[in-house]
Amino acid sequence: MSNYTDELVDFDEALDRYDPVLGFEVHVELNTKTKMFSDAPNAFGDDPNTNVTPVDLGLPGVLPVVNKTAVEYSILIGLALNCQIAEKCGFARKNYFYPDTPKNFQTSQYDDPIAFDGWLDIELEDGEVFRVEIERAHMEEDAGKLTHMGGAAGRIQGADYSLVDYNRAGVPLVEIVTKPIVGAGKRAPELARAYVAAVREIVKNLGVSDAKMERGNVRCDANVSLMPKDAQKFGTRTETKNVNSLRAVEHAVRFEIERHAAVLDSGAKIVQETRHWHEDTRSTTSGRPKSDADDYRYFPEPDLVPIITTAEWVEELRSRLPEPPADRRKRLKADWGYADKEFRDVVNAGVLDEIEATIAAGTSAAVARKWWMGEIARLAKASDKEIADLGVTPQTIVELNSLIEAKKINDKIARQVLEFVLEGEGSPTDIVEKRSLAVVNDDDALGKAVDDAMAAMPDVVEKIKGGKMQAIGALMGPVMKATRGQADAGRVREIVMEKLGL
Amino acid sequence: MSAISREDLVHLAQLAHIEMSDAELDKMTGELDAIVGAIASVSEVASSDIPATSHPIPLTNVLREDVVGQTLSIDEVLLNAPDSDSDRFKVPAILDGE
Repeated sequence: MSNYTDELVDFDEALDRYDPVLGFEVHVELNTKTKMFSDAPNAFGDDPNTNVTPVDLGLPGVLPVVNKTAVEYSILIGLALNCQIAEKCGFARKNYFYPDTPKNFQTSQYDDPIAFDGWLDIELEDGEVFRVEIERAHMEEDAGKLTHMGGAAGRIQGADYSLVDYNRAGVPLVEIVTKPIVGAGKRAPELARAYVAAVREIVKNLGVSDAKMERGNVRCDANVSLMPKDAQKFGTRTETKNVNSLRAVEHAVRFEIERHAAVLDSGAKIVQETRHWHEDTRSTTSGRPKSDADDYRYFPEPDLVPIITTAEWVEELRSRLPEPPADRRKRLKADWGYADKEFRDVVNAGVLDEIEATIAAGTSAAVARKWWMGEIARLAKASDKEIADLGVTPQTIVELNSLIEAKKINDKIARQVLEFVLEGEGSPTDIVEKRSLAVVNDDDALGKAVDDAMAAMPDVVEKIKGGKMQAIGALMGPVMKATRGQADAGRVREIVMEKLGL
Repeated sequence: MSAISREDLVHLAQLAHIEMSDAELDKMTGELDAIVGAIASVSEVASSDIPATSHPIPLTNVLREDVVGQTLSIDEVLLNAPDSDSDRFKVPAILDGE
């Protein structure tokens, strides 16, 4: 339970009197095939305790062996964060008692992280850039997963017992720690979100993590403190854990700023402690104080020998670095000529790759955007899937677009054809043929449909004759109905005009 | 002077989750102090130009290719578990975890 009644101060007011200082620890789960120190599979969602070896259980006499790929992925992350790579580093034991590790210690790195002294430029939505300094990025292993049973649903408070699955125990992690971030002011919550988003994007782009926050591939602990406007010395910080979505990172930082300000305004002191984030109430509650419990008694891991990184090895890895996501975005925005908002929407929808591939396959930038941000996004939303998971290929879009440009089908039919493609009926061209969906623009068929419509609606015909051209629209309905929606609307209009001698 | 005080030992016992009686604490304080003293004699031999080491053999980069190997069966995994449920280890609810 909280020590306070959690009085809050209005955010803007709080920032009038205090400067926030932020710090983040982001844990990234690597997507190697095996674990950090054992050859058990590193896989999500398997049956409990099926990806476990004696090393993961910490059985007596076992020897861990470091996963070379995990080391290389860690170096890649370090390089992408503009870090120095340690020429020599080692592992240490971080000792604690909790059933999520059967060894009673986590194998981590202590005073010699593999990467250190980096930076990342974070661009906010309006283009303002903050430089975040990276203190270190170190290698460690994930813990097992506890499920609390009995008591209130899944909460540890009131639980009767816990069940432990060690599939995740030993999964390679890289923990990225920032230096204190000063000067963000009112933009602190936005910066928090943007920073975590940038880290997630970088590790995804590197291909070293699946980077799904909802699966815990990227997890954030957010440190917040406030100091009076004229102060030099940082205030006491709290560390909010369990902030596992971008939105939650933003809200948690905002909440802690409002809460700290209220505590400080009342003349009380901030207790240095961990706070737990609750998505349902968008608030934090007190965890445990940071004190003796933090005496982890780190010592060098005697079962693992140091890692030496040669310049050749590091440079070979550097040559594998893909174009940084921020650079790529700048390049694509310029190439495609989208407006700021258009481009931002595309980025937020996560379809940069898809649009790039579609343009490469032969459509214009505008057509690619129209499809991915329009009909495809709608279909994804309707089926509650990620756009990328729908299975629409660039080739399908190119083909649909060619059919439209050749006036074989109209936009409306094209959207139907896309649904048939997703249902596995074949290519757009096949579907148009098999289902006889080609636009009806032969004048005999259209002429008859127009005659019928005009005969049924003499009042409309009078209006058109009287010069009200928009009345033609009223004829369109029956004509479309007669042609099962396949009439070429432009041609229908022409036929009406011809028939009335206009 | 003693390197290990009685308070240090109480703290260590708490960290290690070991319950110790007063008599045990009295006895161990002296014994642990002697052990620490014995190890400290290493620093009398080692001058500052000798780097610290954590491993007796000068090996580096003992690395493994990222290839999946053999895992234990569920029965083997749970063989030493005091209690289990639904193929998972069953443990008492512990409150002060992260």
